[in-house]
Amino acid sequence: MTSALQILRLDIGLPLDSGAILSPLEIGYETWGELNATKSNAVLICHALTGDQFVAGPNPVTGQPAWWANLVGPGQIIDTNRYFVICSNVLGGCMGTSGPASIGPDGQPYGLSFPVITIADMVRAQAALIDHLGIDRLFAVIGGSMGGMQVLEWIASRPDRVGAAMPIASAARHSAQNIAFHEVGRQAVMADPDWQGGAYQIKGTKPVKGLSVARMAAHITYLSDAALHRKFGRRLQDRNEVAFGFDADFQIESYLRYQGSRFVDRFDANSYLYITRAMDYFDLAAGFNGRLSDAFTAFKGRACVVSFSSDWHYPPADSRHITRAMIGAGVEVSAFEVETDKGHDAFLLDEPQFHEAMAGFLAASAADQGL
Amino acid sequence: MMKTVSTRADHEIILNAVPQGARVLDVGCGDGVLLQRLKHERNAIVRGMELSQAGVNACVAKGLSVVQGDADLDLALYPDDSFDIVVLSRTIQATRKPEMVLKQMHRIGAKAVVSLPNFGFWQVRLSLLLRGRMPVTEGLPDSWHETENLHLCTLLDFDDLAKQSGFDLESVTRIAAGRASAPSRATSNLLNWLSEEAVFVLKRAGMSAR
Repeated sequence: MTSALQILRLDIGLPLDSGAILSPLEIGYETWGELNATKSNAVLICHALTGDQFVAGPNPVTGQPAWWANLVGPGQIIDTNRYFVICSNVLGGCMGTSGPASIGPDGQPYGLSFPVITIADMVRAQAALIDHLGIDRLFAVIGGSMGGMQVLEWIASRPDRVGAAMPIASAARHSAQNIAFHEVGRQAVMADPDWQGGAYQIKGTKPVKGLSVARMAAHITYLSDAALHRKFGRRLQDRNEVAFGFDADFQIESYLRYQGSRFVDRFDANSYLYITRAMDYFDLAAGFNGRLSDAFTAFKGRACVVSFSSDWHYPPADSRHITRAMIGAGVEVSAFEVETDKGHDAFLLDEPQFHEAMAGFLAASAADQGL
Repeated sequence: MMKTVSTRADHEIILNAVPQGARVLDVGCGDGVLLQRLKHERNAIVRGMELSQAGVNACVAKGLSVVQGDADLDLALYPDDSFDIVVLSRTIQATRKPEMVLKQMHRIGAKAVVSLPNFGFWQVRLSLLLRGRMPVTEGLPDSWHETENLHLCTLLDFDDLAKQSGFDLESVTRIAAGRASAPSRATSNLLNWLSEEAVFVLKRAGMSAR
């Protein structure tokens, strides 16, 4: 990996849900702000499926801007003058943390010999990083989409280490519909001959076509019908009439193709398989005899569950399911549904209501925790 | 629902019924005005439930722990005795099943505080008697086809239902023209005539007053 990344190498064996042990463990991570003397101002931000650790600064490898620049930074709602913000690349990722593209013990890229991982494994790796940073308890853990799953996993498995939890546009279990979309994506990758049974790094190929199709399908789930209609409608791309062919006649086709082609430059195809699998396996209640509220009973901090009205990927009903379980567990929970037509992606966009809710929640949590 | 004003007489009475540091659930908490006062003036541990998303959002932006929920359906989520006091201010008349709501409140907290408009108020009775039309008063400002109120009652009616639901009456306070009187120990016929609105402080039957 590029030296521009900050990577922690731990010569520990990380025990995984599958029974495998991953060693060594590398974690690509970034921090912003200063950890205070009592180490009580740390905020862990958990990224989504194709996100990375560059939540508040540009990614030096891809040149992409910070993905939450509108929320995290000096004077922002997650104020780096006040909080010590940590964001790490997830386990199985491809931005410095151990994943299928990393070099395995035999000196070759892991490929499909990388162990299958879970959301809980991602959190284990994050906890190893937090331990390394000498932090006992996080002021807050915040994340959207798959990041929200990690937030929920944190408070279920390490309730004493979290003061405030904010799962955004997320779910306590992956729905059949979401598993279905992920399977379409994985099959697209695996159908690409350049995937080479997962050994494309060794064979010197890259399954760009398959991964690009996977991204196109997934991208549709991040938007909403209304947003697509508003942005593209049935408008044609650089032409006045349909061409009676299979070029990108419509703007929406051209847009999706662009999204797909841009994605393959920055993301590893096998990482995409592993991370989507981890999300599919996520069912927090399963570890608690099917009772989700039991997952939250040990958590004594505050929680704020946020959803977006037009999000059909992680619909508000999924968030309500979390909230109801938290109420039953006696957790101090607030729940906020943002009215928007921007779909799942809204959590990354400028949504003033969402930002107000986060500001209110963080201010109240900081007052609670004496920050 | 009823008209919202910045200083509500029922809020003052509810505040007085809440001891310092109590755990309070406000069902139908609106934009959180009462919750904030309970938090600051009573040092109470406060939570809220509100049906309207706009109300919930306003509360969360203020840092209050409020969830979107329907008193008719979602009170069942709360564990037994998870609060000291459950507040239902100007909400019961808009619920579909007031008796179920009261029974859930009885289960969740040892004490309940309920404020409600009184259909037995003399002006309401007179208006119906003389005009022959559904009353529209300051306390009941919406016409019959626009109101969200489903279950209007008189103080005597509510007194009966509270007792049926397993509560003893600790006090009932009359409000008329926005002013509260001294609390009474019983819901009398006279009180029913003279109250435009009232606040009932209820405790589980068989328990001594706190």
